[in-house]
Amino acid sequence: MHFNIADVPQQLVNGLTLGGMYALIALGYTLVYGILLMINFAHSEMFMAGAYFGLLWLNILSKQSFFTGSAVGLVLLYGVSIVLSAIMTGILGVLIERFAYRPLRHAPRLAPLISAIGVSLFLQNAVLLWVSSRSIPFPVKFPVYQYTLARDGSGSLAFTVLGASDKIVDKLGQGAHAIVQFSTLQIMIIVVTLVLLFVLDTFVSRTKLGKAMRATAQDRDTAGLMGVDINRIIAITFFIGPAMGAVAGIFSGMYYGNIKYNMGFIPGIKSFTAAVLGGIGNLRGAMLGGFVLGMAEALASGFISTAYKDVIAFVILILVLIFRPGGLLGESVVEKV
Amino acid sequence: MLLTVENLHTFYGQIEALKGIDVEVAEGEIVTLIGANGAGKSTTLKTISGQLAPREGKIVFAGEEIQGMSAHQVAAKRIVHVPEGRRIFPRMTVEENLEMGAFLRNDAEGIAADKEMVFELFPRLKERRQQKGGTLSGGEQQMLAMARGLMAKPKLLMLDEPSMGLAPVVVETIFETIERLHQEGITILLVEQNAAMALSVADRGYVLETGRIALTGTGKELLTNEQVRKTYLGEV
Ligand SMILES: Nc1ncnc2c1ncn2[C@@H]1O[C@H](COP(=O)(O)OP(=O)(O)OP(=O)(O)O)[C@@H](O)[C@H]1O
Ligand SMILES: [Mg+2]
Repeated sequence: MHFNIADVPQQLVNGLTLGGMYALIALGYTLVYGILLMINFAHSEMFMAGAYFGLLWLNILSKQSFFTGSAVGLVLLYGVSIVLSAIMTGILGVLIERFAYRPLRHAPRLAPLISAIGVSLFLQNAVLLWVSSRSIPFPVKFPVYQYTLARDGSGSLAFTVLGASDKIVDKLGQGAHAIVQFSTLQIMIIVVTLVLLFVLDTFVSRTKLGKAMRATAQDRDTAGLMGVDINRIIAITFFIGPAMGAVAGIFSGMYYGNIKYNMGFIPGIKSFTAAVLGGIGNLRGAMLGGFVLGMAEALASGFISTAYKDVIAFVILILVLIFRPGGLLGESVVEKV
Repeated sequence: MLLTVENLHTFYGQIEALKGIDVEVAEGEIVTLIGANGAGKSTTLKTISGQLAPREGKIVFAGEEIQGMSAHQVAAKRIVHVPEGRRIFPRMTVEENLEMGAFLRNDAEGIAADKEMVFELFPRLKERRQQKGGTLSGGEQQMLAMARGLMAKPKLLMLDEPSMGLAPVVVETIFETIERLHQEGITILLVEQNAAMALSVADRGYVLETGRIALTGTGKELLTNEQVRKTYLGEV
């Protein structure tokens, strides 16, 4: 172990970034589970598909000089690509539900699970076959800065913005060192994620459609008696989850610089863990679980070893299942039947 | 007739739960369906409300055939089914439950007015408007289930065993409310195990035995019928 307290702030920033991505994916698992009591094993492939759709749109739109000519154009380039990818991935999710899960809705619970694994394998192999078996670079076409809180040469606090080739000692004098840095990408990921989570949470808790989703999750048959079209609610659920997962997929591509046909597997399992950690079926739980897991993983890889970072999620999963199977925000309401 | 059910057959897999049922409900009536456990009372209501599809038979509501429609389409006809066991949304507040009852309505003012109306009908619910449905007592849950049903402005209100598992005082309240709704002109199809109570408020009744109508008559006739007295009113 090489514990250094001074590294903690930076690990937390990294953890927040990672956690945001997990949260975006985890909510898809939890929404589907809440309504269908089914673990959508194909959800990790929504994250992957989103990244590929994102890359596709980036390539298409980059050909227009409008999108590459100015700073505003660049923001729009990524914004539009993310939105289009989210919509396409959402539609993919709806189609998967319609053709791979709905016909099995009254079958034994194992059947849709197996169907989901089939869909997952199919999508991975489709990308492997028709796109590439290798990892593909994912471009970040705007300049990335490091927003840096530091101690300058004289030891007092200072704030500076570093470009890719800037050195901190050139800006703040000999002996200057960073306390914590946020990159442009990290800020973008964290801010966009928080906005999306806030919007989704408000949608589910305040709007009529959101209430219908919650009612459907709590008692599907009775929601039907209230006039809720259950199939429509399920379709909406299968749109939202994959759309959010797609955003996470694009973020992952930008953050790590490349994408691959099997990129969904590990983040998928970790985000599923996050959903269980927060209490599967509970939307805020999935969001919280994502951030907790991201932080735990970043701290563990910073202080124990990066080799352990993938293990930490499974250690947490096992601990939760043993000690708090309902998750952090597991249902506290006593239900009378 | 507001509702005409003709020769209804409903199956659970191979099991024929309804073996050809005929029921009629006229506008403004209270009609009750009584029968032993497993007779097919709930199945009848579920088939009318679209939770189950009949294999054979017709359901005509306000001149329109509705058999085989899905539940949300039937709900849009303003046939309201308050299911057995109350089935309120446990993690939603009392108020949110009521809003779900009004899901198909878009008249914000009308909804607000009806909310006040059901709070006046069930003052207990008003005190607990922010409480989660799952934390209410059984009686309060039944009140909420009925109130939620009323929020849909029913043309036909179907109640499945509203008195089940409730203390006698609460049962009184529930039946008083049913009579009051009747006076206000709401058409009611009432399923009950508590045959004495049900027949005493009903205009007409049907006795269901293993998926068939065994007897029918006015509430009074059935209350004095020897067969009914023996089998359903516990007299020897
Ligand atoms: N989901 C189901 N699957 C199979 N059989 C069912 C199902 N639900 C009901 N049945 C059967 O159908 C018959 C009628 O049931 P139903 O629930 O309509 O009775 P009920 O008159 O409402 O009885 P209770 O007074 O106990 O509520 C029963 O024999 C029951 O076992
Ligand atoms: Mg019943």
